[in-house]
Amino acid sequence: MRIWYVLLAVPLVALLYPPLYAKEDPELFGFPFFYWYQFAWVPLTAGITYFVYRMTRVDS
Amino acid sequence: MNPIESFETDWTALVIFILLFGVVTVLGFAAARWKRGDLDLLDEWGLGGRRFGTVITWFLLGGDLFTAYTFIAVPALVFAVGAGGFFALPYTIIVFPLVFLVMPRLWAVASKHRYVTAADFVKGRYGSMPLATAVTFTGLLATMPYIALQLVGIEFVLKGLGVSGEWPLIVAFAILAAFTYTSGLRAPAMIALVKDTLIYLTVIVAVIYIPSKVGGFDNIFASAAEALPERDTPGALIPGTPDAQVAYASLALGSAMALFLYPHAITAVLSSRSQDVVRRNMSLLPAWTFLLGLMALFGYMAIAAGISVAEPNLTVPALFRDMFPSWFFGVACAAIAIGALVPAAVMSIAAANLFTRNVWKQFVNPNVTDRQESQIAKIVSLVVKAGALGFVLFLPTKFSIDLQLLGGVWMLQTLPTVVIGLYTHWFHRWGLLAGWAVGMTVGTWIAVSQDYVPVWDTPIVGATMYTGVVALFVNLVVAASISLVFGQRWRGDAVDETEPEDYDELHETREPAPTVSAGVA
Repeated sequence: MRIWYVLLAVPLVALLYPPLYAKEDPELFGFPFFYWYQFAWVPLTAGITYFVYRMTRVDS
Repeated sequence: MNPIESFETDWTALVIFILLFGVVTVLGFAAARWKRGDLDLLDEWGLGGRRFGTVITWFLLGGDLFTAYTFIAVPALVFAVGAGGFFALPYTIIVFPLVFLVMPRLWAVASKHRYVTAADFVKGRYGSMPLATAVTFTGLLATMPYIALQLVGIEFVLKGLGVSGEWPLIVAFAILAAFTYTSGLRAPAMIALVKDTLIYLTVIVAVIYIPSKVGGFDNIFASAAEALPERDTPGALIPGTPDAQVAYASLALGSAMALFLYPHAITAVLSSRSQDVVRRNMSLLPAWTFLLGLMALFGYMAIAAGISVAEPNLTVPALFRDMFPSWFFGVACAAIAIGALVPAAVMSIAAANLFTRNVWKQFVNPNVTDRQESQIAKIVSLVVKAGALGFVLFLPTKFSIDLQLLGGVWMLQTLPTVVIGLYTHWFHRWGLLAGWAVGMTVGTWIAVSQDYVPVWDTPIVGATMYTGVVALFVNLVVAASISLVFGQRWRGDAVDETEPEDYDELHETREPAPTVSAGVA
């Protein structure tokens, strides 16, 4: 079960390595890539955290 | 165009502001009766009886971590330097997976052993009074200027409303002090409901309305791309250089690790009903992050709107004033100012918990009764806030801002003791203490010697990094070396009162902590 915790590393890598996203294109709704990429990681991280929460939860 | 230094009084906005502030004041006092408990016990006054559920914890933690000052300072930084200020977004995204990993363990062990503060835990874990005192000292030191900054946040909002002078700030402070004293943690928890609703309303309206007035997001980013390189210290829309990127990532990581070590974060976590509440919240709190990201964009909207202010911290008030009708400007100002009350209250309660448990009970009167303990905490919460007010009234604002920056560096130095301590007691308590002392010294020295710029051109590594991360690295090296040298020596006398299963985050949800006089008025 604990293996699921590894998923929590995904947003860390995605956000702590800026060369992945420090660029202007492609734009989305007028937002440069740098901005919408990081905004997109807000719900993505929430989703991953929720998934890990469900998978590691012990129902009592 | 001359930069704006002060505003005319906007009476409509001011009346709305005062009305909303009044509602919140009443709520703050009424909170004493909510989820009734015996407020003469520290567990009740200082942790709300450890029985906040998912919803309340969400409002409280959100209102507590995303402070009013953040809402003023982040857009101001983005306005001034561009992308560099946007690190607040990755910072407040990654903080939640990190907390998800660490904090349920602290909650579990604290609930089992009735710990109220991180220093309580450290004392139990390492049996070391000096180490617990170091953690206490760091928490108090970092919290004071942070409370002061909340008052600074209110000050800038009042400036935006065109109110000058110090008395309004003193009134706001007196209200805050009075309801914290009577209601304890219940007051900010209840006020957070109102504050958060107002903040969400303001930001959603602003994010739809303002771009429509300044030519959409295309134009907002285009104006920023044009204006930022022209600044005295040139900014950029995208952090292009490797140096800027390392600084960006290290600030995000370091700030995220520091955030949940702050006493006010730990207090809010420990006040929740169960580990499950803590864990579930970590997937719900990013809603706040999204809000903060939108607010950061206000910095660019201000550029597109041609706002010019004498100091960046006036960016948001000036933008709102420029864009909104008076009545809504009043609502927005109230949202931010009330937003300052929640963290300020939680921080002063956290500081009071720390002082009472880890200074007073430790050094002054070990036989303090439960009732005296709660009484002392209430008085300390007043003293702490009076100190913060003194900061704001008698020292330059820059002083509080610089100290708050140091606060993050300082809090990070307790990470080896508190966070690693949740997993292992391999580190020797003297190693941890030495590492802490060296980290504090190195971090403070670097920050002060380069006039409080948060990043440092680190030799050997050859990159520009967040000072706190550099100091933490030195701290860990010292702590590990000494732990290796000492080995098992002198560990026998330090009794670890915790058992490995006390930390188990997969433990079934425990009952709310028993309160001695539950149900008694």
